[in-house]
This record gives sequence, structure tokens and C-alpha cells, in this order.
Amino acid sequence: MNDLPNNRWLHRFAVLTALATLALIGIGGLVTSHEAGMSVPDWPTSYGYNMFFFPLSKWWHGGNIFYEHSHRLFASGVGFLTVILMVWLWIAEPRKWMRWLGVAAFLAVVLQGVLGGLRVILFKDQIGIFHATLAQLFFVLTCAIALFTSKWWVGMANTQHAPVLRSLGEGGTCNTVHSPSNLQKIFLGTTILILLQLILGATMRHQHAGLSIRDFPLAYGKLWPATDAASVAHYNQQRVEITNFNPITAFQIELQMVHRIVAVLILCAVAFCAWQAWRKFSWRSPAARLAAFWLGLILCQVALGAATILSDKAADIATAHVLVGALSLATGAMLSIIALRFPQRAVSVSPSPALNLTDAMEAASAGKIPAAR
Amino acid sequence: MKLSFALLTAIGVAGLAQWASAADITGTVTLNGTPPPEREITPLENDPVCGKMHEGKVFTTFFEVGANKGLGDVVVMLKGVPAKEADPSTPPAVMDQKGCLYVPQIVAIQTGQKLIMKNSDPATVPMHNVHINPTAGPNMEAYSTKISQPQMSGSADLTYSFSAPENFMKFQCDVHPWMFAWVTVVDNPYFAVTDKDGKFTIKNVPPGSYKIVALHRKAAPTGVEKSVDVKDSGASVDFTLEVK
Repeated sequence: MNDLPNNRWLHRFAVLTALATLALIGIGGLVTSHEAGMSVPDWPTSYGYNMFFFPLSKWWHGGNIFYEHSHRLFASGVGFLTVILMVWLWIAEPRKWMRWLGVAAFLAVVLQGVLGGLRVILFKDQIGIFHATLAQLFFVLTCAIALFTSKWWVGMANTQHAPVLRSLGEGGTCNTVHSPSNLQKIFLGTTILILLQLILGATMRHQHAGLSIRDFPLAYGKLWPATDAASVAHYNQQRVEITNFNPITAFQIELQMVHRIVAVLILCAVAFCAWQAWRKFSWRSPAARLAAFWLGLILCQVALGAATILSDKAADIATAHVLVGALSLATGAMLSIIALRFPQRAVSVSPSPALNLTDAMEAASAGKIPAAR
Repeated sequence: MKLSFALLTAIGVAGLAQWASAADITGTVTLNGTPPPEREITPLENDPVCGKMHEGKVFTTFFEVGANKGLGDVVVMLKGVPAKEADPSTPPAVMDQKGCLYVPQIVAIQTGQKLIMKNSDPATVPMHNVHINPTAGPNMEAYSTKISQPQMSGSADLTYSFSAPENFMKFQCDVHPWMFAWVTVVDNPYFAVTDKDGKFTIKNVPPGSYKIVALHRKAAPTGVEKSVDVKDSGASVDFTLEVK
């Protein structure tokens, strides 16, 4: 079996696409945070102009038009990058499934663009929820392509060794180890939980009703707020909105409470994942480091969630909350992919007293460790 | 000829009789309780163009409380009277976009009556985008392709007219997200909006017994209802809305 080539520039381009996607999610977050989604009411034109020739004078200082039009232009750029990525993968990538992954990315970005356009011309908030969710999934997809084209991943594939999530024996030697299948499930389950949380968040944001609960950590001064009609009427009477003038409903209050509860669950789950990763693997292992990074992201995300409420949903903080959410999902997804890539049965590695994980990875990348096929 | 003269006379007398029998309902709406403090519209103040059109701070105007706790911006209307669209000669209501704000923010119109939307802002404000949010089926249908309409500075006025009654139809500018106004469409000609001191007059109401409703987007979003007997001399009704 021929070794996979390590296409460094393809990998770099995939990383660029993923980073551009993350930036696009940020700009999209600003659009929703500033309630700017409908500031350009037509699509694919912008106020009748070809989007790319919309005069600068009409949007650069045009209030919310700036956010919406920037989002459209940047999205076009990401679409263009995705087309190049697809073609590049199709031409240069020997793995058939990778070529189709590029096609999937292309189809996803087209669908995403159409969803964005339909959100505008059909005036449907629900489409905004799908648009936001697909953005997160597309980001995961671009991150995955970047991972699969990386030198490290290609090295693993060439050796069929996949030592990242393995246990290292005492003294840093590689012993016969068992796949941490429970950990795989926990990684995957936690990642799915984060995805559900992001969908909840998108549903909250696309109600265009601002904050349904304005205090934290309590909710209207209670652990669980009253949601009867009289109480909701009272909350609405006391709200003094600057934007987001839709009145809140009991459903929206309950939605935010569920969002808070799921946030606690995610924090516990990711903390458990990190603890398990540290316990089972070397501290220096990429998996343990990634799990630690994941935990850091979640802690940051919890703080941003609280700050979003305490700042009365300041646009920049709310958008940072969206961005860190995307990063949390992608990190969980990459960890899950790496874990799932790990063979289900025992992996034998020739003992080497001096071998630690970094050495093992380098050796694997160089193809020096015997393949355990 | 004699017949025509008699007919005209009869019509004239009938018209005079109706005029003579129509009276006004007057009253005051007051607010009981302490409303939440209004908030500074910081996005407007920070806007590089719109902010320059205001001197000092700009605040929300949810509770316009005037003399003797009189509450402004309350829509008062008769309920249960036969539906009637506005006569074509009814003067239009006017709403303006001025300083990146809607003026006035609360408007009431009759079904079929025109609402003129002006844009008095200078060319430095690239555009406003009038986005209406009708909830009554016929209104939604009528404006399904014109929900959001851009209006450049100096461009022609926009004209709206709605065939179905609905309360507090939200108008918003998607370019300037703090710009909101609410239009109540009433299916009879008997309505008014309270002034800054909470006073209102509903003109030319035929004598009879009616239900009268006061609506305020915060203090009474679904309305507070009372009964009123209108005599030849008119009637007076006061409302007290509660804020808790």
C-alpha cells in the first residue's frame, strides 16, 4: 500500500478556509447581535445593485447595512475558498472519501448561502436558526478537512498506528494498550451536547426578543422563574428595550433556563473528559492538551454567557459567545474524530524505553514505527 | 324640480340632525405606579451620522408621563361599533423619520386611511428601511411583497393603508435597529391617541352605549375596557393604567 503524500500547501489552504469560516461566523454573529439581518432587504442583489458593486458610500457608514453587507461579501470569499479547496482536493487528494468531503463542503457552503438569502427574502426567523446551525457544522467540516490533510494525520494514516490516544506505560514506554472506547463515547456525547446547546443558542438569538432573563446567576431573583401569564406580562412591562422589541414569552424564558442547565452539564462533561484524558494519557499527549484546551474554552464560554446577560447582551460579548461556542464544538469534534480513528482493539507498539508520545508521533510521522495492521 | 329640492332639503336636515346628535367623548388616562426608568439609546448616540443630529442624550419613550400623572401615547377606541373603512377624503396620518427616530412613535389610523411615511433625514443618512410587521391576515397578504421598503433621503413618501384592524403593528428600521414605531389600525372612526398629559377626545360619536378601550404598549398591551353612555352633550371617561 502506497503511503499518502503529505501535501503541506493543501493543508495550509484548508486551515485558511477554516479560519476564514470562523471569522465569517463572527461577522454573522455581529449581524444577529446588531439586529442587522434585514438591513439589506433584497438578495442576491443589495438594494438592486450587484452585491460586489454596491457603492461604498451606501454601506460603509450605513448603520446596520455595514454588518450585513460585510457578511455577504465575506461569505462570498469563503465560498470562493471552498470551491478552490474542493477542486484542489479532487485533483491532489488520493483518498476518495476526502475528495467527496471537499464536494460536501462545497454543497454545504452553497446551501448555507441559499439559506442566508432565503432568510432575507422570506422574512423567516426559523431559517436563521438553520443558517446559524449549518454555519457551525460547516466550520467543523473545514476543521476536519484541515485535520485530515495535516502532516500528523497523514503520518498516522501511513503507519496505521494512531498513537495519540493511547496510554503510555510507565517510564514512557509504549505498551500494548486498549482503546479507551468509553472515552470515545464521552467525547462524542459531549460534542453532540455542545451542538444541541448551539442550536438552543441560535433559537434564542433568532427570536429577536433580546434577553428573556436579565439577571444571573438567578433568574428574576429565583432559581426557577415564574412563567405564568401574569408574571410574563409583568416582565414585559418592566423591560425597557433599545432594540429587540419583540415581547418575551414563557417559552423563551424556559429556553434560556434550559440553555443554562445544559451549560452546566457541558462544563461537567468537558471537565470529566479533560480529567480522564489527563489520567489515561501522558500530560504531553496532544489528546490531553486538546482536552485541556477544550476545558479552557468551556470555562471561557461560561464566563461569556454570564457576561452576555450582565452586559444586557452587548453585541461584541454576545458575538464572542457565539465564536467560542463554535470553537468548543470544533474542538470536541476534532477530539472525537481522533478518538474514533483510534483502533477499537489493542494496538501493539514495539517497546522502546526512551519513547515518549512526542517521539512516538514524530516517529510515526516519519514512518519509523512499524505499522500495526 | 320640486321633488329634487325636497330631497336635497331632507338630506340636509338629516345631515344636520346627525351632526347635532353627535358628541365627543373626552377623558384622561393616568398612570398609577412607578414606571421603569427610560434608557439612553446609546446605539443612536454612538452612530457616527445619526448621533450628530441630537444634542445631548436620547432616551426611550415608553412611558410618557405628563402633568398629574397623565399618560401619553395611549390609544383609546370604541369597541363593538359597526366596522367602517375611512372615507377617501379622510386626511392621511403622517409619520416622519427624523434624527433617525420615528416621529411620532405611536399612531392610530382607521382601516382604509392612508399613512404617509416621510423621510426628513439629510443625505448624510444613506437610507432608512421601513420594515412593517403586520399580524392580521389581510394586512400581511396585502404587504407580502412590500414588508421592507428602503427610503432614501429626499425620496418620495411611502404610503400605507391597511384593511384589517390590529393593535400595535410594529414599524422598524432595519438599518437603525433602535428605530421603532407602532401603528394601531381601528375598524371605526372613533379613536384617539392621548397627548402628553394623557388627555384625549374622540369626536362625533353618536349617542348610545359603547365599550371603550385604552391600549398602551407597556401598561395595557391588551387593553383596559370600560363602558360609556354617550348623551347629546357627550361623555367623559377616565382610565387609570397600572404599572407594577
